[in-house]
Amino acid sequence: MSIGQVFLGLLESGPRHGYDLKRAYDDRFGHVRPLHYGQVYATLSRLLKDGFVELDGVEQVDGPERKRYAVTSAGVTDVDRWLSTAEKPELYLQNTLYTKVVLALLSGRSAADLLDVQRAEHLRHMRELTRRKASGDLADQLVCDHALFHLEADLRWLELTAARLDELTKRVLT
Amino acid sequence: MSAALKDLLLGARFAVAGGRDGWTRAVLTAVGVGVGVALLLLAASVPQAFAARQARDDARSDLVSSGQLSPGANTVLLGYTDTEFRGDAVRGRLLRAEGTRPPVPPGVARFPGPGEVVVSPALKALLDSPDGRLFAPRLRGARVIGTIADAGLSGPGELAFYLGDGALTERATARIDRFGQAGLEHEGLSPLLVLLVVIIFVVLLLPIAVFLASAVRFGGERRDQRLAALRLIGADPRMTRRIAAGEATAGALLGLGVGALLFLAGRQVAPFFTVWDVSVFAADVRPGLPLTALIVVAVPVVSVAAGLAALRGVAIEPLGVTRRATVTRRRLWWRLIPPAAGLLVLAPMLGDGGVQGSAGQYQAAAGAVLLLLGAVALLPWLIDLVVRRLGGGPVGWQLAVRRLRFDSGTPVRLVNGITVAVAGTIGLQMLFAGAQSQSITETGHDAAGPQVIVQTHTFTDRAGLLSRLRSTPGVTAADASVRLTTQPARPPRAGEALVELREADCASLAHYARLGRCSPGDVFLVRTSESDSAVTAAYRPGARLTLGDDGGGGSWTLPARTRVVTGTQTYDAVRQDAVLVTPGVLRPSQLAAGTIQAYVWLSPGDPDALERLRNTAVGADPLSMVGVQSAVRMDRKFDGIRRGLYIGAVITLLLIAASMLIGVLEQLRERRRLLAMLVAVGTRRGTLSWSVLWQTAVPVLIGMVLAVVFGLALGAVLMSMVQLPLSVSWPVVGGSAGLGAAVVLLVTALSLPALWRLTRPEGLRTE
Amino acid sequence: MTAAPLLEADDLHRSFGATPALDGATMRVWPGEVVAVMGSSGSGKSTLLHCLAGILLPDSGVVTYGGRDLSAMSETERSALRRTDFGFVFQFGQLVPELTCLENVALPLRLERIRRGEAERRAAEWLERLEVADLARKRPGETSGGQAQRVAVARALVTRPRVVFADEPTGALDSLNGEKVMRLLTQAARETAAAVVLVTHEARVAGYSDREVVVRDGRTRDLTRAS
Ligand SMILES: Nc1ncnc2c1ncn2[C@@H]1O[C@H](COP(=O)(O)OP(=O)(O)OP(=O)(O)O)[C@@H](O)[C@H]1O
Ligand SMILES: [Mg+2]
Repeated sequence: MSIGQVFLGLLESGPRHGYDLKRAYDDRFGHVRPLHYGQVYATLSRLLKDGFVELDGVEQVDGPERKRYAVTSAGVTDVDRWLSTAEKPELYLQNTLYTKVVLALLSGRSAADLLDVQRAEHLRHMRELTRRKASGDLADQLVCDHALFHLEADLRWLELTAARLDELTKRVLT
Repeated sequence: MSAALKDLLLGARFAVAGGRDGWTRAVLTAVGVGVGVALLLLAASVPQAFAARQARDDARSDLVSSGQLSPGANTVLLGYTDTEFRGDAVRGRLLRAEGTRPPVPPGVARFPGPGEVVVSPALKALLDSPDGRLFAPRLRGARVIGTIADAGLSGPGELAFYLGDGALTERATARIDRFGQAGLEHEGLSPLLVLLVVIIFVVLLLPIAVFLASAVRFGGERRDQRLAALRLIGADPRMTRRIAAGEATAGALLGLGVGALLFLAGRQVAPFFTVWDVSVFAADVRPGLPLTALIVVAVPVVSVAAGLAALRGVAIEPLGVTRRATVTRRRLWWRLIPPAAGLLVLAPMLGDGGVQGSAGQYQAAAGAVLLLLGAVALLPWLIDLVVRRLGGGPVGWQLAVRRLRFDSGTPVRLVNGITVAVAGTIGLQMLFAGAQSQSITETGHDAAGPQVIVQTHTFTDRAGLLSRLRSTPGVTAADASVRLTTQPARPPRAGEALVELREADCASLAHYARLGRCSPGDVFLVRTSESDSAVTAAYRPGARLTLGDDGGGGSWTLPARTRVVTGTQTYDAVRQDAVLVTPGVLRPSQLAAGTIQAYVWLSPGDPDALERLRNTAVGADPLSMVGVQSAVRMDRKFDGIRRGLYIGAVITLLLIAASMLIGVLEQLRERRRLLAMLVAVGTRRGTLSWSVLWQTAVPVLIGMVLAVVFGLALGAVLMSMVQLPLSVSWPVVGGSAGLGAAVVLLVTALSLPALWRLTRPEGLRTE
Repeated sequence: MTAAPLLEADDLHRSFGATPALDGATMRVWPGEVVAVMGSSGSGKSTLLHCLAGILLPDSGVVTYGGRDLSAMSETERSALRRTDFGFVFQFGQLVPELTCLENVALPLRLERIRRGEAERRAAEWLERLEVADLARKRPGETSGGQAQRVAVARALVTRPRVVFADEPTGALDSLNGEKVMRLLTQAARETAAAVVLVTHEARVAGYSDREVVVRDGRTRDLTRAS
């Protein structure tokens, strides 16, 4: 997950200042670690350079001057691609997945589809592990089981999220 | 409130709580117990009903035992004109007031004057019905001036009348100055009859007791689960037992209430039934206080005991209901005690001993009860034994047998009821069948003989009577003779040498002796091989005889032409000494002291012929008696008892079938998931139906075998007690066992719709 | 998966009163594959399974097995089909408590009118395969949940069905026993080339499948196919 993709997603609902973006990001996803301003501006300039955002205008309201950014169609395509691609099932994915779900909701995409896609990917992975387990020795089996249980935890969380999508939608959109 | 009471109340709440299921169970229990209680109350009312009947009977008694009365202002001449109509007894009295203040029979508003009649409501109804035309001639055109009130009737269905008859004379009548007699000695039922009644009650009530015990256990499995749940949240075994007791008590109390209502409703219906000429007023059906108290106390006690006994077999554990892992083998030895004791008690009465005195009756009843209880005790053991041995078979069979092997408690309890009922029925039916065949052979009534004997008391015109009889439609032949008693005029050794004199034409007289030649004017003296020497000496040609009971016919000398002839067996009497006289020998005034005895043959296909004959007889002589040959009567009497017994047995079996059905339905409902699963995996419904059938049929079949064995034993014992030759009536055995089979089929058939319903896929859902 | 599907459900709708349990469910089962049917509680998984197995009939839509329309068959024919071609494993409580484990496993064969001796011989083989041969003489009440479930699997497979329907077969088991049951079930199914329709909401159990179908609000999403 990159901050850039999250910014693109946030910008989809309308142009924002860098400061707004940081606040929105921190509000929704920065439970663990808020962003530094340096991170914000570095990311935005990279996005600008890649053509995913463009300058929407500059404002000056008694203070320093503020740049407003808007997402380009190339940027929207990038968010699309990112949201519809399953994450590689790894450990501790919640952060990324949660971000993706919220962004999908914010941008009016189907969060359920996103979850289904992710689930399929998880299951594919789990199937492999299950097969490996069946043919491997005990050490293999234990390793596989560890991975399986973690994947299962992720998936359970996914299920739960899916089950609470309605509730989440209400919260996110207010 | 003490903890124990709280537990009881909690249990009571459980009896009715629990949503629709809870209510269904409570209603089933209440109805089940209620039906049992109602029957018990009914049984408890029988003595009272008979006492009330007896009291009214005494109050209208007109049998005079006090000495001679002379006519007075308050005397009444009373003639008995009892008759029958289509098999129902009719009590008839002819009355003539001899003064101005005649006593009025109870229930009668006004003394009927000549040509007036007071009838019972049932007789009134008969007269108003189309059949009334056939009966009316017996009232000889009298005007109905009122009906007899309840106080003057033995029962609501009784046919009775008081007919005013101005022609009544002292002849063949009684003179009375009051109705009713206090402290009449009643020649109670014969010991044999008492024995029968006791055994009938045992046979019918024992299954009801069994039914009661199982009714309080409706929904038992559910209850066990609930108790287990209570244990889980901390109830100790004592509390559990108290809760169970509370539940059983609540069920029993509900049942008592329902029973009381059923009984009250039922007795309103009682007056509509007349069994064996006995009908009862609703008000007479009143259980005695001690018996009622006994029922009110015993039913809850029995149900609590049954509930607690059931708990003993099921350890109510916190973790569900674990049936004791090692199913305790049922033991044989103590189960043999009751039947053995029963046989021991009955043994001294077998053969020549017979039943003696009231102690004997109790002994006999106790023996019969023990014998029947023996069947109850042996059945669980036998079912266990058989089911454990039963081998493989189709899947339905296997499922049923295993189910029984797993838990045979519930079916055993129900089948026990059937077993007792059927065993008792077989025993009693055997006795009645034996008694019946005996009574038919004993009358020695030959089919060619006359079916009816008419005896007049105040009418001696033989030719007139014969012509009236012969012109009655339905009468195919009639024959009559005038009967007089005679005794030697001198020396007056009355009593020892009383001989009958008959006057009739030659053809009729030929029935009594081999006459040889006979023409009008002949006189014969009949001798038999057993003739008494005193009689032979006194009755010789030329002997002087007094005619009539009290010499009312004057005296007469046996003419010299009298011929001695040998007597033959007749259709109305045994061979005996007699004087036979052809018409014209005696004057009518001499014959007037006698009575006419007429023999009548009826057309077999005409059921009303007998009624018309009775009308004719009453027309000729209101005080005449019409007797139907006894073989015919006995037959009907026993048919009545036997039919009643069958009806009782059928009702009992239906009750048990109902509780079996409930048991099966309950079990099906409990296993709905399993059933739905079996259907899901492709089990044919037919297979499941068979399993339900076998599950009912196997225990019932075993019960039937036991019932036949014990029934035959009971029947043999009873027959031997009343000294009847032992004979087994196989139709009776087959019929009774057939009832059991019918129960199985009925239960299975009725449970199939539920089976269909429960095997739908919805059953797969877990609750 | 080039062969024709063995079992095919098309646009199934089924309501219970006002509750729509299936609302356009579609799925195919190919011979020999293990399909997991996943979805949240109440989404209609069991209903779908019951329709596929011909236990329930859909209000609309068709289920065909080997080209035959299940709703065109009589109840008797469907029963026979379930006896011969299908096997079932449920969550629990599927064994007849009065019969021994061996007799329970032999039951489907006996329903097929196979002689008792022969049926029980074959049942014993299956108990052996599912590593519960020692339970043969015991009654279900005397076994653990996991053991009973393995007996149930033996019973489902004893007729060598072409499709085994399993509705939450491990729902009442701990993970170790659940794994064991799943391993034995899928292994035995593969050996006999039986397809398995596996309803579960446990991902680890679904891990034994070849692919999964997700049911949501009575509609299916076949993700493996889609992606
Ligand atoms: N026999 C029935 N009567 C009424 N409603 C039913 C019936 N069977 C299913 N339903 C309803 O249909 C819907 C789907 O039920 P189903 O049993 O198929 O769900 P499921 O996905 O198997 O759930 P679970 O994972 O909890 O077993 C539910 O809303 C349920 O309430
Ligand atoms: Mg389900």
